[in-house]
Amino acid sequence: MSLSKIKFDKKIVLSFWIILIALIIAAPTLLPVFRLNLLGRYLSLSIVALGVDLIWGYTGLLSLGQGIFFALGGYCAAMHLQITSSSEFPNNIPEFFALYGVEKLPFFWEPFRSPVFTFLAIWIIPALVAGLIGFLVFRNRIKGVYFSILTQASLLVFFNFFNGQQKLINGTNGLKTDVTQLFGQMVGSESMQRIFFWITAILVIAAWFFAKWVVKGRFGNILIGIRDDEPRVRFTGYNPVIFKTIIFSIAGSLAGISGALYTVQSGIVSPQFMTVPFSIEMVIWVAVGGRGTLLGAILGAVFINYAKSLVSEALPASWMFIQGGLFILVVTALPEGVLGWIQGDGPRNLLQRFGLKRKIETYPSLEVNNKEENNE
Amino acid sequence: MELLLDSLFNGVAIGSVLLVAALGLAIVFGLMGVINLAHGELMMLGAYTTYVTQLIFKLPILKPFYNSYIIVSIFLAFIVSGVVGILLEKTIIRKLYGSPLETLLATWGVSLILQQFVRSVPLAYGTGLVISLLIGLFLPTTFPSKIKESINFKYFKFSSWIFAALTGVLTGSVISSSVSKLSRASARNVDVTAPSWMRGQVEIIGTAFPKTRLMIIVITLISVIAITLFLNQSAWGMRIRAVTQNRQMSDCLGISTEKVDIITFGIGSGLAGVAGVAVSLLGSVGPNVGGNYIVGCFMVVVLGGVGNLLGTVLASFGIGIMTDLIGAGRLLSIWPDMPLPLSNTINFFATTSMARVMIFALIVIFLQFKPTGLFPQKGRMVEN
Repeated sequence: MSLSKIKFDKKIVLSFWIILIALIIAAPTLLPVFRLNLLGRYLSLSIVALGVDLIWGYTGLLSLGQGIFFALGGYCAAMHLQITSSSEFPNNIPEFFALYGVEKLPFFWEPFRSPVFTFLAIWIIPALVAGLIGFLVFRNRIKGVYFSILTQASLLVFFNFFNGQQKLINGTNGLKTDVTQLFGQMVGSESMQRIFFWITAILVIAAWFFAKWVVKGRFGNILIGIRDDEPRVRFTGYNPVIFKTIIFSIAGSLAGISGALYTVQSGIVSPQFMTVPFSIEMVIWVAVGGRGTLLGAILGAVFINYAKSLVSEALPASWMFIQGGLFILVVTALPEGVLGWIQGDGPRNLLQRFGLKRKIETYPSLEVNNKEENNE
Repeated sequence: MELLLDSLFNGVAIGSVLLVAALGLAIVFGLMGVINLAHGELMMLGAYTTYVTQLIFKLPILKPFYNSYIIVSIFLAFIVSGVVGILLEKTIIRKLYGSPLETLLATWGVSLILQQFVRSVPLAYGTGLVISLLIGLFLPTTFPSKIKESINFKYFKFSSWIFAALTGVLTGSVISSSVSKLSRASARNVDVTAPSWMRGQVEIIGTAFPKTRLMIIVITLISVIAITLFLNQSAWGMRIRAVTQNRQMSDCLGISTEKVDIITFGIGSGLAGVAGVAVSLLGSVGPNVGGNYIVGCFMVVVLGGVGNLLGTVLASFGIGIMTDLIGAGRLLSIWPDMPLPLSNTINFFATTSMARVMIFALIVIFLQFKPTGLFPQKGRMVEN
């Protein structure tokens, strides 16, 4: 009997939620500031992981370019913060422009003066960019590995662009946000960080419910259909391009929100968010947590990052080995991820191996045939 | 005319680095459908092999042959990367055939481990490890068939691995005691200095070309010719092509697909090592040196059309020439009095990083018209 089919009592579910909410409210008093900040950052990363799970776990599109949308969201937030707190600098523009002798604000900065525009831009701009990239790629039925490679190439395009343009967005140095002001308060201050933590926690839960809603019902069924057999979906009369583009935009906008939250909590946005390793890490959080299980993506992002910070503090050199080993282990031994393993046949198989549970007899030929089909 | 020649040479030089790097990838990806993200790290191993060879050739015994170390290191790099590649195939990739996305993630993990390995293990012992792998993997295959078929073969195998481990430790400690630079682990970049006959420039039709660049072009040329001959003329090449076309049928006809997989992956990885030698001539060598090339290599393979060496060659030279044209702003010097907005645009892209932006954008646009590259594989399947 698999865990996912167990129906929890309503009271248990309710008390679980009450404990969770109590923990979120109490977290700032329970944790030291440094740990709280880290937890907030990792929670914001779990939103981008949800997006990756939507496109990879449910639709079968492995994007190695989620860093683009993550960084775009971060840049939107940072540009607003920089420009609203630049009144004391020469020409009323952010301080770094003076370094490169720029006197006039580049045109695309102007709209970011408005908080409403910024608020919308954080999730709409990444969604639009994702939609555009996605549409161009999906229209040609480029899929599978080619899609992954193309997204990685787009990531490099954006990285090189942001990295090279000092005069427009401060290039490789990135935009600092911790000394800027929001509503008359320092963004880097303790009280603001506490508020950001709460916002992040609420948004993670909201994003989780949103993602659950997306994959439920007919839309979700089509996504899974695309993952499992795209030509059949096409022959049935659906146009996979539209569905893929929509879900890719949704993942992009989730990444944008996540990037903005991460930026205000880490105090800086820089082209480093668009490096190749970071985007692949996002995929790994989902792979370890369990692809196709939304909760797995959240847990994977938080726990792996927490483990990363703990291991890096203790043994700086060994994290790369552990991370690399984790990749290989998850892909070869636990392709469903940890949560997928628990929800699936994992525990039963383990118990069988130790002789604690009776084996379920099936026709061996059935299993062999299934495997063969998957390999094709 | 001189300008054109200059531009052409630069483009070919950039393209040949790309080509030699992408060649191994084209074989592994095109023939086996494996996305090897550790390809860059295999190149890095090749580059480090060049460095180690150079230091070993500075020892008094080998000093007279110092000038030929670069030639030796090409073969050694092929062997080192090839052995690591074979180990990779035997342990990880074998389990993942038919699921390219999984190979992508697993090989990324391998690349992280290799990078950290170079940082935290002294190169002398790294060399020892590679030597023991080499002996352990190949010694059992040299035994006479009588032993191979006997039931006690596993004991022979086991003892040869012990012998291999001992040899590896011995070589490692000999190297580390005789070359002090290799006895400590270091994350710093190292430099490979070209032998004296490769420094300086050569004049061809009135233009000076650096010799290292010419050397890279020669390495690339030889690799391409060798691999084409191997695939088209040798028995194993024929088997590789057969397995690529129809795995089940080849298996039925008695071709050992397992061996074919090992050989293909070994050759692809070995070519990465050769590319590493070329890369080590261009700049300093560090744990991250391979990462700079990997995406470019994939673009070459995708642009050229998967499983097509001619496409790979054309794509890499095309990208090389375009990079030079855009990155150096050459269009401006060919056509000096172009309208202002156009020349501003060209100036905007006339840096190495912006040229990359432009090239990748152009490739994405190109793929809009030919989604499967220059030379697509022909077929009538719904799904490829």
